[in-house]
Amino acid sequence: MTKYITMAKAVVNDRDKMQVLGNDVKNMVIMIMRILILIGVCYVILLPLIGMIVNSFSSNADAYDPMVFVIPKNPTLERYQLVIERMDYFSVMGRNLLYVAALTVIQLVISSMVGYGFARFNFPFKRLLFACVVIMIIIPAHTIMLPIYLTFREFDPLGLISLFTGTPMNLIGSTAPVFIMTMLGCGVRSGLYIYIFCQFFRGLPKEIEEAAFVDGAGVWYTYFRIMLVNAMPAVVTVTVFSFVWQFNDTFFGNLFLISDSTLISKKIASLQAMIANADRILEIPIQELYLNAGIVLVLLPIIIIYIVLQKYFIEGVERSGIVG
Amino acid sequence: MKKRRRLSLNQKRMLMGYIFILPWLIGFIYFYVRSIAMTIQLSFSELVMDILQGGYSLTAVGFENYRHAFLVHGSFNQILTTSILGIIIDIPMIIMFSLFMAMLLNRKFRGRALIRVVFFLPIIMASDAIAASLELSAQMMSGGITSTSTITENVTGAVNIDFFIDMFITLGIPFRAMSYVVGVVMRINAVIAASGVQIIIFLAALQAIPGSLYEVADIEGATGYETFWKVTFPLMMPHIITNIVYTVVDSFTRSYVVTLAYDTAFTSFNYGLSSVFSIVSTLITLLILFAVVAVIQKRTFYYT
Repeated sequence: MTKYITMAKAVVNDRDKMQVLGNDVKNMVIMIMRILILIGVCYVILLPLIGMIVNSFSSNADAYDPMVFVIPKNPTLERYQLVIERMDYFSVMGRNLLYVAALTVIQLVISSMVGYGFARFNFPFKRLLFACVVIMIIIPAHTIMLPIYLTFREFDPLGLISLFTGTPMNLIGSTAPVFIMTMLGCGVRSGLYIYIFCQFFRGLPKEIEEAAFVDGAGVWYTYFRIMLVNAMPAVVTVTVFSFVWQFNDTFFGNLFLISDSTLISKKIASLQAMIANADRILEIPIQELYLNAGIVLVLLPIIIIYIVLQKYFIEGVERSGIVG
Repeated sequence: MKKRRRLSLNQKRMLMGYIFILPWLIGFIYFYVRSIAMTIQLSFSELVMDILQGGYSLTAVGFENYRHAFLVHGSFNQILTTSILGIIIDIPMIIMFSLFMAMLLNRKFRGRALIRVVFFLPIIMASDAIAASLELSAQMMSGGITSTSTITENVTGAVNIDFFIDMFITLGIPFRAMSYVVGVVMRINAVIAASGVQIIIFLAALQAIPGSLYEVADIEGATGYETFWKVTFPLMMPHIITNIVYTVVDSFTRSYVVTLAYDTAFTSFNYGLSSVFSIVSTLITLLILFAVVAVIQKRTFYYT
C-alpha cells in the first residue's frame, strides 16, 4: 500500500510524468466519448431494422407479449410464407432486379461517355453546357413531371411515330419511358453521375491517353479499354448509387404508372391492405408483422449487394471525384 | 475530282466531343428545356384532357392559376411556408452533424470498416415506398387499439425527457435555442437518415486534405481546437457549399409541396394549378439556394 502511495507521490511531483498522465486520461476520455457517440448513432440506425427483423419472425402470441424483447419466444416463418405468396415475391423481385440492372448498365455507359466528353474534349459552349448539367442536378424532377407525362402519353418525337402508325404512341403504363429517358441521360439523378465521371476523368493523367493515341488507339478504343478501366472507383460508386436509387425510386414509377408486376415497391405499398382483405387478418398489430416481413424481403437484395460491394464502394467514394 | 476538305486534329476532337455528349444533349433539350417551357406555358393556361380521343387542349387564362394558388387555394400558402421553413431549419443541423460524423469516422480505430457499413445503410434503405407503408400502418395502429410495437416502446419509454428540458431551462438556456435542440433530438432519426450522402462527401474531402498541413500545425503548437478552425474548417468550406446544395435539393424533393403538386395534377386533374405549385416552389428553393451559396462563397477559401 505504501509502495503505491510513494509511486503516486513521485508521479504527482514530477511535472513531465504528470503531463503524460494527463494526456493519457484526456485521450482515454475522448476515445470513450467517440465510442459512445458512434455506438449511439449505429443504434439509432439499426434499431428500426432490427425491430422489423424481430417482428417478422415473431408469432401472434409474441406480438402481444410484453415480456418478449429482441428474441421472439416462438419464432415462426409463417409471415414470410404468406408474404412471399401474396407479393408474388420471386417473380416480381426477379423482374424488378433485372429492370434496375438494365437501367444501371445504361446509366453507366451514357453518363461515363458524357462525362468523358466534358472532361477531355474542347468544343464551343462547353462551359455553358456543363452549367446545364449542374442545373439538371439542382432542378427537382417534379418541376418537369407534367410535360414529361404529357410527352409520353402521346409519344411522337418529330412526328416519326405517327408517320408510320397514324397515331402517336401511348407509353404510359410501360417501362419504356424510363428506358428512353435514361438512354438520353435524363434518368434518375443522371446529372450527378455525369458530374462524378467528369470530375474523375479530369483527375486522371493525360499521359495515358497520349500513350494510347501514339500507339494507334482510336478515341472509342481509348475510352472503353483504357479510361473506363482506370475509372474503376467512379464506376463502382456510380453503380451502387444508381442501382440503389433506381431501386428505391417511386417518382418515375408513379408518374408513368408502371405496373406492380415489375415494381416491388408498389407491391409493398398495398401489402397491408392485401393481407387484411384477402386473408381476413384484421388485427392491425398482426398485419404489421406481415408488413415488416415484406419490408425485410424488399430490402434483402440491396443490402446483400451493398455488403458485397461496400469495400469497393467506400474506397471508390473516397477516391472518385465526388468531392469535385 | 472534288477535293474533300480535311478537318484539322482540333476540329476532329471538337466533333468527337459533341458526339460523346450527344445523347445527353438531345435528352436535355427534349426533356428539360422543352419541359420547362411547357410547364411555364401550362401555368398560364387551363388544360383539358380528351379522354376518349387522347390528346389535350389548352386555353390561355392569364394569371388566373397564380391568383387561385395564392388567394383561393386553402392550404398552398401554409404548406409552402412550412416546407421551406423545414428545409431552412434542417440545413445547419444536417451539415453540422455530417461534418462531425465524418471527422469521427476519419480517425483510425478498430472496427472502422464495420461502423462505416452501418453509417451508409440509411442511403441504402431510404425508400419512399417503405416509409409510406410504415406511416400508413402507424396511422392505422394509432386509430385502432394501442398495443405492441414492442421494441421501440420499451426503449423510448424509459427516459423522461421533460425533466431534462426543465433542468436546462432553469439553468438559463434560452427557451428558443432549447426547443430547437430538442426538436432536432426528437428528429434524430430523420437527421441521420438525411445525412448519409453528406457524410460520404465530407469523408472524401477530409481524406483529400494534405497531411503536411496537419504536421505544420502540430509543429507550430496548435491545439486540436485551433487545428480544426484554422486548417480543417477552411478546407471544408467548398464542400459545405456542395452539401448545402445537395441537402436543399434532396429535402425539397421530399417535401409536402411536391406531394401537393403531384396530387393536384393526378388526383384532382388540375394541371395548370399543379404547374403553378411546381414553378413557385422551385423558384423559391432556387432563390434560397443562391442566397445561401452567395453568402458562404464570399467567405470561402479555395486551396487549389
